[in-house]
Amino acid sequence: MRIDLLAYIEELKARGLDHEQEARIRAELATASDGHPLPPLDLPQDTWLNDFSRSIYAYGDQLMLRQAVTPRLSSAALAKSLDDLLERDKQREEDGFPRKIKVGKLVKPGRGRAGKVVVVPTTVEEKLFHDPTIHPPGEGGTSGGTGDGEEGEVIGEQPVRDEGESSGSGPGQGNGENHEMESSAYDLGKTLAEKFQLPNLKDKGKKRSFTRYTHDLTDKNRGFGQVLDKKATLRKIVETNITLGNIPEISDIDPTRFLIAPRDKVYRVLSREKDYEPQAMLFFLRDYSGSMAGKVTDLIVSQHVLIYSWLLYQYGGQAETRFILHDTEAREVPDFYTYYNSRVAGGTQVSSAYRLVNEIVEKENLARDYNIYVFHGTDGDDWDAGGQNAIPELEKILKFVSRMGVTIAEHGQGESGSTEVARYLRGSGLLKDKAELLRMDIMAEDADEPRLIEGIKKLIS
Amino acid sequence: MELINQHTKRIMEGCKERARAAGLSFTDESLEYVVTNRDLLELTPKVMIPTLYDYWVHDVEVLREKGKYELYPHNPYETVINTRPPISFYNDNNPDWLNVMIFYHVLAHIDFFQNNLYFRNTWDYDFTGQALSDKRVIAKLRAEKGRWVDYVIEFARGIDNLVDFHGELAGLFIPPETVCSSRLDYYFDVFLQSEKKVSVSEYIKEVNRYNDCSKSSGEQGEKAFFTEAEQRYPELEAHFTRSGEAQPVRKRDLLGFLLDNSDFLARDENIWMRSILEIVRKTSIFFQPQIRTKILNEGWASYWHERLFLQDDRIRGHEVDFARVHAGVTSMPRVGINPYALGMRLFSHVEEQADKGHLSLEFQRIMDSDLRKKYDTGTATGHDFIFSLRENLSDYLFLKNHLDQDFMDRHKLFVAGKRLDQQRMVWQYYVKSRKAHDYQQMMLDSLYHPPVITVDQTKGIEGSLYLNHTFEGKQLVQEYIANTLMGIEYLWGSPVHLETSEAEMAASPLPQSDQEIPRDEEITWQRVVYAMNEKVLSKKKL
Repeated sequence: MRIDLLAYIEELKARGLDHEQEARIRAELATASDGHPLPPLDLPQDTWLNDFSRSIYAYGDQLMLRQAVTPRLSSAALAKSLDDLLERDKQREEDGFPRKIKVGKLVKPGRGRAGKVVVVPTTVEEKLFHDPTIHPPGEGGTSGGTGDGEEGEVIGEQPVRDEGESSGSGPGQGNGENHEMESSAYDLGKTLAEKFQLPNLKDKGKKRSFTRYTHDLTDKNRGFGQVLDKKATLRKIVETNITLGNIPEISDIDPTRFLIAPRDKVYRVLSREKDYEPQAMLFFLRDYSGSMAGKVTDLIVSQHVLIYSWLLYQYGGQAETRFILHDTEAREVPDFYTYYNSRVAGGTQVSSAYRLVNEIVEKENLARDYNIYVFHGTDGDDWDAGGQNAIPELEKILKFVSRMGVTIAEHGQGESGSTEVARYLRGSGLLKDKAELLRMDIMAEDADEPRLIEGIKKLIS
Repeated sequence: MELINQHTKRIMEGCKERARAAGLSFTDESLEYVVTNRDLLELTPKVMIPTLYDYWVHDVEVLREKGKYELYPHNPYETVINTRPPISFYNDNNPDWLNVMIFYHVLAHIDFFQNNLYFRNTWDYDFTGQALSDKRVIAKLRAEKGRWVDYVIEFARGIDNLVDFHGELAGLFIPPETVCSSRLDYYFDVFLQSEKKVSVSEYIKEVNRYNDCSKSSGEQGEKAFFTEAEQRYPELEAHFTRSGEAQPVRKRDLLGFLLDNSDFLARDENIWMRSILEIVRKTSIFFQPQIRTKILNEGWASYWHERLFLQDDRIRGHEVDFARVHAGVTSMPRVGINPYALGMRLFSHVEEQADKGHLSLEFQRIMDSDLRKKYDTGTATGHDFIFSLRENLSDYLFLKNHLDQDFMDRHKLFVAGKRLDQQRMVWQYYVKSRKAHDYQQMMLDSLYHPPVITVDQTKGIEGSLYLNHTFEGKQLVQEYIANTLMGIEYLWGSPVHLETSEAEMAASPLPQSDQEIPRDEEITWQRVVYAMNEKVLSKKKL
């Protein structure tokens, strides 16, 4: 494959390639052989090692004497205060002070609990204090220890978390004392939908209905139930009394003389009802080429977590999702965990991902049954200069898609909006012609959560 | 929250009797409350003080990872608070035997609060009462000034670790016999040293002359002494009067300094902010002794709950239950530092040392390990000795004075290191050192120690405030500087400068995963000055 790529570069060169582009491509190519391993599982391996960095001030009587567990705020209480907090934060800005609340601290989805994310309003009380984290490179500080072992002897190991894919906001931090509250992706979506007023995805015609259940008081039951059905009950009572011969004269009925059997009482009970809803299929596309190292990947996946969570909420888990990763070749991965965690390497061919989407849609005949949404995240790099391969594939996608959103997280250097992908998307005129179907959002590498949410609005409004 | 029932209270009173008999001392009254998890949720952001003022940050998850609790000079999960009477908190479903253990733990804490001299500043008033009135003040201000109250709280809290706790304490411990006239103080401390800059020998000559005077003339000695001094320095009297007018400057106490000297806070329309600064400062000072005695205090409480529980005749039959809980609290972790375990062991160790007379010069001079082991003078003064420790020491002194090699060896302690294995991309944890000195150093480094930041009045230009961070081998957390200085600028009303040191990491050569490389050489320190002007931060090298 590597040889193919080299040949391909030559081909590109022949078509005209400036130095900067070539350097970039070669740098990416150098990472091509690294593969895309998943980070080691975040199992609670050697939990005793987590005590290493636990401060003596993290110990407290309530916890040590087994009187209490670390109290956690419920997400309900949280959602209530979130409103006030965000309002307050906005006010801060108007008063001329920097914002202080951060929303949406995210935790990597773990395997087997793929939807597990966290939203927390967090803040820091800044003070002047000593920074305990300054160590010479490669050193991780010291702590106390007890037990056997010669000086120099290694007593335990812990894998280094992949720095490239997780920034400080990251996953699994805060060892020992887990301060974040966990709410499900569903909760996150709820928060997003309610608090940030994300516009709803449009229903694109009810092509075919899928069943889902709602509960309604439609079934009848004799003897017990939630609500007494008076009319039906009365009818039953009359029936019974006629059978018993308790109503001698039809024209002169005395209800006080009715005999009422328990079984005559007819109730309504809750029952599952089929409901018909339009169905959505979501494609998440992520560029995991070598150039995506660092913060940009973090941004893209964070945004995709937000979209994913929000859709889980909005469609009650009915929206189906597909995950596609691409470098020069695209591949579909089975779950969000792999999608989220795969390490970056290799070159970039955006068209490969688009082609794969088209193939999947065609093969499974999805266009007929589903509203299809495609979200693509990239740093804007593409070897395919001018989008010669990508644009035709993109046009194909636009024929069936309900909305396609392209997020470009730019690296610091260069003028904003000048990345390859941004250029050919603009050049193609599709952004204007098919504004209803195709949206693009360009953000800088250092974008924060509010910016991400802003970006989602842009993509799906 | 409700009080514990009479049955449980009776158990508590029984514990008090037994604890007193063992030598602990504390006030008669105490309040015990049953708390639910919901209560805890409300109490923990307020450091278990039910009456602490409201502040919106308490409703938010505060990120603590970076500072590892250093920002927060207190423990949010305390069981007992240092008030008058002391208040403690319990589960309502604890079995009696567990309550007995916790009661002893709590009583030892109360004994510590009320006898350790670092807590001297908290002895004369009830903090919950004060906090309640402070809370009302803040609520009233909030009704008038709205969100600006919260901004002022925020800015004041931003510097509430710079309150010069030790200076505050020092004032409480001046023995009456050393008090002398302010004239004498001025003459020796300021006039001779700063104004006249006399040589050391001349200074000593003056001290001797004073001593001679007071010996020969008694009460009149000082007068006689100054008659002669004024002949030599006719300007002395004028200087002294002038110095009396200037207020003493609280240089190490930034919050106090702002209260005394900020023109902004002195303006009529801003005068209300001062009460908030006072409240924040008082609150911070109140918690200071607690964080400086964590190991000592928890060690003391664990030592006593173990001892008293095992002697208690009321809970026979629960020794195994106790052993399980007790081991959970006080077992030494393979890596990490458990203040309960370490403190308790160190108390027992020191007690034994004192019992056998090991804390003497004679013992120190014995080199032979066999002799050392057998050495026992039978002085049996350990009990009194640990009581003197609980009265006089803080964590720093406790570790500095008493953590020795014998203790290290006995409990197999070591300094654990963590280093990066670049090939395999794993953090390796290893035994770094078994020397008492290294362990001590590691421990002392991990203790709470706010930066020493002093106001330099000679350097502020045109009303700006110049802060000087005394470098102690650690830099300040950089990303917090901007907002903190912004707060100080707001409270001061003019630009603020902060002189500090910053690490410059040698960028390139990654260390070859050996620990042999001397660590300090990889960091070079650069002195820099931050300036905060109109909410804009700038930095320049010195």
